[in-house]
Amino acid sequence: MTISIAGDVVRAPDGQGESPPPGRGRRRRRPDLRRWISPLALVVLWQVVSATGLLPPDKLSSPWTVLQAGVDTARTGELGDAFAVSVGRVGIGFVLGASVALVLGVVAGLSRWGNYLIDPPVQMLRTLPFLGLIPLFILWFGIGEQPKVMLVALGVAFPLYLNIHSGIRNVDDQLIEATTALGYTRWERLVHVVLPAAVPQTLVGLRQSLGIAWLALIVGETVNADAGLGYLINNAREFLRTDVIVVGLVVYAVLGLATDAVVRLIERRALRWRGN
Amino acid sequence: MAGELIVQVEGLTKRFGQRSVLSSLDVRIGHGEFVALLGRSGSGKSTLLRVLAGLDTEVEGSVRVEGTVSVAFQQPRILPWRRVWRNVVLGLRDQGRDRSLAERALAEVRLDGHADAWPRTLSGGEAQRVSLARALVREPDLLLLDEPFGALDALTRLAMHRLVEQLWREHRPGVLLVTHDVDEALQLADRVLVLGQEGRIVSEYPLALARPRRIDDQLGVRAEILNDLGVTEYAST
Ligand SMILES: Nc1ncnc2c1ncn2[C@@H]1O[C@H](COP(=O)(O)OP(=O)(O)OP(=O)(O)O)[C@@H](O)[C@H]1O
Ligand SMILES: [Mg+2]
Repeated sequence: MTISIAGDVVRAPDGQGESPPPGRGRRRRRPDLRRWISPLALVVLWQVVSATGLLPPDKLSSPWTVLQAGVDTARTGELGDAFAVSVGRVGIGFVLGASVALVLGVVAGLSRWGNYLIDPPVQMLRTLPFLGLIPLFILWFGIGEQPKVMLVALGVAFPLYLNIHSGIRNVDDQLIEATTALGYTRWERLVHVVLPAAVPQTLVGLRQSLGIAWLALIVGETVNADAGLGYLINNAREFLRTDVIVVGLVVYAVLGLATDAVVRLIERRALRWRGN
Repeated sequence: MAGELIVQVEGLTKRFGQRSVLSSLDVRIGHGEFVALLGRSGSGKSTLLRVLAGLDTEVEGSVRVEGTVSVAFQQPRILPWRRVWRNVVLGLRDQGRDRSLAERALAEVRLDGHADAWPRTLSGGEAQRVSLARALVREPDLLLLDEPFGALDALTRLAMHRLVEQLWREHRPGVLLVTHDVDEALQLADRVLVLGQEGRIVSEYPLALARPRRIDDQLGVRAEILNDLGVTEYAST
């Protein structure tokens, strides 16, 4: 949550210098410090039970040890390498899946025949639990980078397709008609009305698909990996290094939060017309 | 009927399935003429207007409309993701997207200072005026208005009448105003047409009175029009 609050504060000062009616101040969420009391207490409690030996380090290391492990793995470059590999996988998978979703969603959304031909199979396939496809993916793509990237791509493609498609399909006919009356061609209507109208729904899809992308990566890396955060975690398990495992998990969490914050930032810019 | 014709419709028939909503309808509108179209709900007023706007081309008969056409609908239909002035320049398709033109049009509808507002921040009457500015900015030869004041409160509606009248006097487009409100028609129009249930113009009333008009001076015509619309209880008073 810290991240989203920071996003707010960063965003407030710009604003194009032309905020419409005066006196309509931007709502600024102020971090309420009281919300930090219990999380901090839990960390202190965790440290205490670890220090007294109630929680043995081979089950869970103390927060302090975790912090040290984080610093150590970062210093040796281990963490940085793993981070880069994992981010790369998500990045490539996302770009792949998002491109396919964009093309299919736009074609199915705009063309009648596109809709007849593309939508039914996609709607059927999306009911498959995509993480259950891992065994097949291993058979198809082996155990290298490919199955991981493909898993991410698949996870990304469905929510994004569904949202782009419905965003385009549900454009207000009245707005289309108003621009038709002004003499706008089909192409101009697409640019001025249909695509902008589909943006909010597309961003909802973007957010869902990024969440799924990280999930797909974590699952894919846990099954099998020789590099990346999943590898770091699995390797640590063999040596009972619960501190390194927790470091890996924290990095996953931070990455998830960071991408979410980026989408929110995009939303806030792109959907300014909606207010708040 | 002033000067040349800007709208010439002959034998227009529009069917939805088996049902003819308009049948063999004739309408003419002269350059700069202000025509009001009355008719009961479902008589086909919006259908006729859509045909004139070129939004419905599956019709029989001959429809000739000359020059630039603008439409303002009952709902403002402005794009919520564009600031007000960018909505206004939508009306100028190719002739550049000049902000100063938008600002001039906004000033004409008394919306100076709202150029940068988002549509959601506008009141209903303001949004309707943006829609009017968008229609006017392209200097139309024919302005089609489909109950543009129908959703507004009575006071705002009166203000809008004055505004439309003034804009019409300055720019002199031909106007076809679809309305339910007999008094609105009597106030604004050069000529009132009544569309009957059979899909044809059943009567026509030229109004020669100078503007601004008072309803009290037109009680006779008013009663006749109401009678045409099937409101008989007022016909004798
Ligand atoms: N797309 C359509 N398909 C089928 N019927 C239609 C369609 N559009 C209009 N109609 C029918 O045509 C008739 C005339 O409709 P229209 O909207 O022109 O009426 P109107 O005179 O504008 O009524 P109102 O004053 O209530 O707006 C109505 O009975 C309506 O049901
Ligand atoms: Mg209507």
